[in-house]
Formats: sequence, structure tokens, C-alpha cells
Amino acid sequence: MSDIQGFLRNDGRKGIRNTLVVAYLVECAHFVASEIVQQFRNTPHEGEVQLIGFPGCYPNEYAAQMMEKLCTHPNVGAVMFVSLGCESFDKVRAANAVNASGRPVRTLVIQRTGGTRSTIRAGADWVRQTLAQIAAVPRVKMGVDELIIGTVCGGSDGTSGISGNPAAGKAFDLLVAEGAACIFEETGELIGCEEIMAERAVTPELGNLLRESVQKAERYYATLGYGSFAAGNAAGGLSTIEEKSLGAYVKSGDSPISGLIKPGDIPPGAGLYLMDVVPDGDVRFGFPNISDNAEIVEMIASGAHMTLFVTGRGSVVGSAISPVIKICANPDTYRNLSEDMDVNAGDIIEGVRSIAEVGQEIRDLVVAVAAGQQTKSEELGHREFILTYKSFEPIGPACLPGAA
Amino acid sequence: MSGKSSFGPFLLLSDKDNVLVARANSPEGLEVALESGPVQLGRDIPMAHKIARHDIAPGDVILKYGMPIGIATEAIDAGAHVHVHNIRSAYTPTHMLQDADGRSAGVSL
Repeated sequence: MSDIQGFLRNDGRKGIRNTLVVAYLVECAHFVASEIVQQFRNTPHEGEVQLIGFPGCYPNEYAAQMMEKLCTHPNVGAVMFVSLGCESFDKVRAANAVNASGRPVRTLVIQRTGGTRSTIRAGADWVRQTLAQIAAVPRVKMGVDELIIGTVCGGSDGTSGISGNPAAGKAFDLLVAEGAACIFEETGELIGCEEIMAERAVTPELGNLLRESVQKAERYYATLGYGSFAAGNAAGGLSTIEEKSLGAYVKSGDSPISGLIKPGDIPPGAGLYLMDVVPDGDVRFGFPNISDNAEIVEMIASGAHMTLFVTGRGSVVGSAISPVIKICANPDTYRNLSEDMDVNAGDIIEGVRSIAEVGQEIRDLVVAVAAGQQTKSEELGHREFILTYKSFEPIGPACLPGAA
Repeated sequence: MSGKSSFGPFLLLSDKDNVLVARANSPEGLEVALESGPVQLGRDIPMAHKIARHDIAPGDVILKYGMPIGIATEAIDAGAHVHVHNIRSAYTPTHMLQDADGRSAGVSL
């Protein structure tokens, strides 16, 4: 049993937060949108009004779908779009999607609202009224089996694969056993793990698709000339992409793999899912995920209520829309950055606690955060967000064998 | 796993492995009792970096977690640092800066 009181949305999905997002639809509208959000700093609504957006002026189907999924995420209560006016983003389609979901939505076009100051004023007025409106969203009991949880690692070092990632994997095993849907990703950081991972698929066809998704990542990164590997990974003791991958892989735990999804696909039920984050087709638009928050945003688009973020070198990020729980794998980093870390998995390195004990702590924290407890990054005000250009083909039926 | 899994501050993660992982920063000169006999660390080994469990020949596959993590590019003596200077990826080259040894550029023991 849990004490989670979810926010009930019209489509029946339940959220653990009730945020109002202000989304700019091109970089030219970024400043105005961020100023609307800034009006709520140092008010009781600080943290509830959050900035997201897409910078490009050229159309992109992936970005359009991601924006719709994000704006109809169960943690979101209302949406304000801020458009310059001449960009290619289809603001009418986006607003219709939010409207159809039963959420309050408003689109401000700067070119038709009188400019910067007028748009900020009009935006802040609407946000103020709408916050009062979404405060009345019904609260209902929500079980662990209604949660979708993502996991990501960033700033990995040689401790990540020994402490933080195995502990996150243990938490995933506990959550999957309780009926939650758990998502792991970074196919570019599963290079070298494709065979052992394919064996865990619930069907042989899915196993082949898991293997192919990693092979696609390998080709993609080979074209780019860099693996998914930052200089700091080497300083932290990781020598190769496959060493980093094996450490990252263990955060998936030991559950069978129930499906392969792409950004924006909602897991159809309980179980463990791999998210394929590498674009389909020829290499276009650059690196698949230019920084950790791009991966976090993709899992949120697939419905993640929160994300487990394992770090060794020490990341400080949070996210818009869904809280981030930061698990520090390295005991020295934990001591140095404890104000940013939710869980000290470095205890495992120092022999103070076992992987099972830290895994249980993470699972318990997931439930507490779902019930309203603020994570460190939420308290600090971190609300990072990034969305850029990509392209994907839709998944086929063999990707989700359990979905009737 | 059978046999020893810990050699002073170094961990053996899988019986199949030919590397050990430092669970603490380990200073140059520290004596470590390996299966083949005692060795002295030839340099500081930062936490989470690796040393050779036994002598490794050029072209040998490096095993950690019981899985391949790269290929030795030169002979590596038992107890020596195993890292970007003497192993390579079987997939894509490793991007690194001068601090890859784990002790320069703001990284210290």
C-alpha cells in the first residue's frame, strides 16, 4: 500500500505533480516565455510554473510529437504556448492536442500581443488565473503499479557500474515486482551488451529487435566518430565505451525485458522496457542525445513520473515536469556534492551498506517522492529541459509482445 | 564466485576477470598481494581505476564483470595500471583529455 494521492487527468492517467508549463515554440520566444515563468519566483507557486521549449524554426515531426506528449503528461495540469508568430512549429496542432486532453491551454503570439512587455503581462495574468483553476484537479489514490519510472546515468565513472547502477537495478527489480513500468535507455551506452540483453527479452523476436537497436547505435556513433563517452568518463577510470556500457547496463536490474519503445511511446503495462533513443535512417541532425537532459525529457515523453539519475563524477541537474532522484555512486563525490544528492550509493564502495540496502532505499524514496516529497534538485529549483531535432520510424508490433 | 574477491583495496568483480578495480585511492608503492605474488603499485591508482590481476599479453581481451571491455595494446605486468594508455575499445575510440590518468587537471588522490 502507498499514500500516493495522484492528480487525476481526464484521460484517466494520474500525475504526481501538478505543474503549469510555459512552452516557447522557437528560440525567438524563449526570453519572453522565461520571463513569464520568472514572475512566479519567490511566490508560493515557484517550482509549479516551469519552462520548456523547442529552439528551432524549421519543422520536425519528432519535436511536434514530443511537445504534445510532454504537454499532456500526467504531471502537467495546464499549458501556455509562447510563439513569436512566424516560426514553423505547428502551434494550432499542439494547442488542439492539449485542449483535447481536457487541460487549460492558451497560446500567445508575441507579434500579435504587443511585444515583449505586453506578452509577459498577458502570460503572467493567464498563468495566475489558471493556477487557481488547476488547484481543483481531483486527487485520487494511486498505487506503485500506476507509476512509470525512468533511469539514466550521467557523469559516469568507474564506481557507477559497481555501486550506483546495480543499486538502481535492484530498485527497478523491486518496482517491477510491484507492478510499475520501468524504462532504461541509452542504446549508445549498451554497446557490447547486446547479446546478454537479448537473452532477457520475453520473446525471441523482441530479443532480435533489442540486438538490432544496439547495432543501429553502433553504426550511428561510428559515423559520428565519437562513442557516447565524455572525457570525464576516462578520468574516472573508464577506459572504453564497452566498459562504460557494462556498468550502465546493470541499472536495468534482472527483470525480463518486456518491450522496446521509442521516445513518446507509453509502456502498455508493468515490466521493464528499453527505450531506443538513436534516430532511424541516415545520420542527420547530429548526436542522438547531446546531454543527459535530452534523455530525461524523452523518458518523460514516454510517461515517466520521475527519473533515477546515477552519477559518479557528480551531476547536479533536475528536470522540468518530472522529478529527478540523484544517486551518487562515488563516495568522494557524495561528500563533495551532498547538497545535490538524494542517495549515497558510495556506501557500497566503502562497505558500509549492501547493494540490496541501497536498492531498497531508492525504492522507498520513489514512493515518497510520488507522495509529494521534494527531491534535492526540486528543492534547489533545477528544472532543466532540452528538446532538439531527431527523426524516428514508429515501432512495430513485435516491440511490445505483451500489448494486446 | 570462488576464491578471493578482494586484494587489499582492489576488488575482483568476476572470477573470469584479468583486472581488479580500486575501491579507494591507492598510493604509489602500496604493496598488493596478488595471486602470483606481491607487487608494488608503480603509480597512484585513483578510486575506480583498474590494475592487472596477472600478466597480460598484447592482443589479450580485457575482462571486467566477466565481460570484454577492450583489447590490450601492449604487454601489461601484473599490478600495473590498466587504462586508455594500454587498452583500446573493440568499437569506437575513447575520447579523452589530459586528465585521463585520473590525477592531473584537478583530479587528485
